Amino acid sequence: MDQPVLEMTNISKAFNGITVLDDVSFSVNKGEVHALMGGNGAGKSTLMKILTGVYSADKGEIRIEGKPVTIHSYEDARANNISMIFQEFSLIPTLTVAQNIFLTRETKTAMGLLDDRDNKIRTAKLLNDLGVDIKPDDVVQNLGVGYWQMTEIAKALSQEAKVLIMDEPTSSLTKTETEVLFSFIEKLKAKGYAIIYISHRMDEIFKICDRITILRDGRKITTEVIKETNLESVIQHIVGQSFNKAFEWVARDYAKEAAPVLELLGVSSGERVRDVSLSIRPGEIVGIAGLMGSGRTELLRTIFGIDPMDGGEIRLNGKRRTIRSATDAIDAGIALIPEDRRVQGLVLQHSVRDNMILPIIRKMKKGPWLDDRKANDVSKRMVERLKIKTDNIFKTSNLLSGGNQQKIVLAKWLANDPDVLLLDEPTIGVDIGAKTEIIDIVREMAESGKAVLVVSSELPELLALSDRVLIMHEGRLIKELERQDIHTEEELQYAIQGY
Amino acid sequence: MPSKGIEPAKPAPFAGLKGFEWRNYIVYIAFIGVLIYFSVTLYSDGFMTTGNLLNIVRQTATISLMGLAMTFVISTGEIDLSVGSIAALSSLTGALAVSHGFGVIGGLIAGLGTGVLVGLVNGMLVTKAAIPSFLVTLGTMGAVKGLAMWVTDTAPVPIVNDTFNFIFGSGDIGPIPVLLIWTLVFTVIAHVLLRKTSFGRQTLATGGNETAARFSGVKTMRIKLLVFLGTGLMAGLAGLLYAGRMNAGRFSFGEGDELSVIAAVILGGTSLFGGVGTIIGTVVGAIMIGTINNGLIIMGLDVSQQMMIKGLIIILAVMFGKKAIKK
Repeated sequence: MDQPVLEMTNISKAFNGITVLDDVSFSVNKGEVHALMGGNGAGKSTLMKILTGVYSADKGEIRIEGKPVTIHSYEDARANNISMIFQEFSLIPTLTVAQNIFLTRETKTAMGLLDDRDNKIRTAKLLNDLGVDIKPDDVVQNLGVGYWQMTEIAKALSQEAKVLIMDEPTSSLTKTETEVLFSFIEKLKAKGYAIIYISHRMDEIFKICDRITILRDGRKITTEVIKETNLESVIQHIVGQSFNKAFEWVARDYAKEAAPVLELLGVSSGERVRDVSLSIRPGEIVGIAGLMGSGRTELLRTIFGIDPMDGGEIRLNGKRRTIRSATDAIDAGIALIPEDRRVQGLVLQHSVRDNMILPIIRKMKKGPWLDDRKANDVSKRMVERLKIKTDNIFKTSNLLSGGNQQKIVLAKWLANDPDVLLLDEPTIGVDIGAKTEIIDIVREMAESGKAVLVVSSELPELLALSDRVLIMHEGRLIKELERQDIHTEEELQYAIQGY
Repeated sequence: MPSKGIEPAKPAPFAGLKGFEWRNYIVYIAFIGVLIYFSVTLYSDGFMTTGNLLNIVRQTATISLMGLAMTFVISTGEIDLSVGSIAALSSLTGALAVSHGFGVIGGLIAGLGTGVLVGLVNGMLVTKAAIPSFLVTLGTMGAVKGLAMWVTDTAPVPIVNDTFNFIFGSGDIGPIPVLLIWTLVFTVIAHVLLRKTSFGRQTLATGGNETAARFSGVKTMRIKLLVFLGTGLMAGLAGLLYAGRMNAGRFSFGEGDELSVIAAVILGGTSLFGGVGTIIGTVVGAIMIGTINNGLIIMGLDVSQQMMIKGLIIILAVMFGKKAIKK
């Protein structure tokens, strides 16, 4: 085999003394699609950030076509013919395709003016070569998401990119758009471009990739030729033996015959939630597993009244409820702990107390005034109960760690005492200690009779929490597993991949 | 070779419903409507006479010229509230230079220099100190106005230089007012700058998505600094034109112009959210506002009522703009 286009050798990187990449070597050949896989925190994104100049490696070397290069910024990466295909960040929605592709690199007329005719001709040629069916004059914001990506790729190629990095490129695409992208990737391969393909979707990886490199806990586990490996071994390598004791499942007791608190009957919303039916009994924790873009978050948003419901019905304690807004949902006794706590969960510049009492502010009044003493008491009790590490309840929530911020979000809804608790990635970006504490809090809430629905990409966490796991795939629930029937993380991985 | 290409997977959402982008033309339709309305109702009051129409051009020249530069500022997603105050100060510095014997060139340099200087302060505060332009220019709007009042202790500065007064305002070449020539020349320059130069393209890119523009190699901070220099410069010129038309510099010139200028730009079709800009739209917007003002005066309405109508126009224009964004 001829020389690799890109070689990264013995790359190591540590943040604050914690090693995130340990002696990782990785290479990509001309005309190859190379999959990079690993669980959350395995080091994939750090490795790619080193390649695109966001971080620099502590140790190790990067070579392009055999020549050592130093990359300290995204500009450096591009100068070395490496391009990251961003999901949506590098295009100007209000400009046309041609204007975007050649932005800052336009052909000029003799008078120094922009020669848009020539730019259009060059764009048309480029798009034609790539076989992409969009016009140079199309305004980007009028195009579908799939075509944004192709415009980005065309832009990268017009800058002589040789190595393309694609990070979960299909997560926001429909099935047909994905197929279009794949045939496009085949063409790029045939033209000799090297592609680093990051994804959690095994079926895609087995379909279009040539080799696969698996990282776990910052180390390279293996690089294999796709044709010579199989799903089983890949999942084995990704999961490893790193099952954390702290996440062990505890069989819980709850009235399995009790009438359900929350019932969904054929609920649909747009493309991402289709005909979903489920029911949760008091005290039960139900987990939803699925790939990125399978509709997990959208399902929670639909139940909570943020995304409009196109069909079906929601019942609470046996009664049909119309939920058209978050306010309706809160009134019906539903709480949502959103995915992005910094944006959707907290008013960061407000104090711990003010955040906690926000949903129950109506109960905190004495006449027309806010009852400060009552608010302080409630907040103090919550801080103690959830072991939130803060100097006092008046500290700005911005200054707390991620785990403690998440506990404040939980406290907000605990104080409101909902019947149904929806959690979206409850421990994302939280350290391991806080993680187990949050898991305990969720269990405790279920013990008190609430119905809990959890969405999580972290399978160990999902397995630790759930009494039942529902598998979501392309907007539908395709499988239901009782927790005691799942023996290993691999089994769940299999189910998620749709096998 | 016409590649067969990939079958279009699915038309982009709403691509088929786009149809006629009436919003792009609303300013022209509205302008024609206004003209027809006034020419019918105010015919006997002499609305459609050449004299009155040229008068409208004279009265709107300053708004148009400041609107041209404002189009660039708003296209980057920023705003400049200080243009009216700059015009006031520049009319005075220009007049002072002329009355102290520095001649037409001296007046020009003083007036434009004043504008550019304030523009530089605005631009530096927005880009280097990262203060939102709304606050920066709200501040300079007040400060510069105060400076204009303080410079001569609110006294007007008469200009007796006929050449100055001819070039900057009161002159006519044949039947054509000098102010119309200023407007036309700068409209062409601004149009070419926005549509045909990399500066214009990068201005729109900065407003369309600043992060993406930066990733594409656009020096967004430099672009922002330049657009504020632009409004400073054009507001300085507007100040000189006020001085030339009125044969004096005065602190009260340009008062409330920021309202008219922003209204003209938004009405013309430039997006307040950045990324979309049109020079021709701005000029038509300015002339339309001038025409409405003129018509209302002839109808016998006073300044207070004109202001109310102008405010309403801005709100309506932004409402329409917002609808287009949502889609």
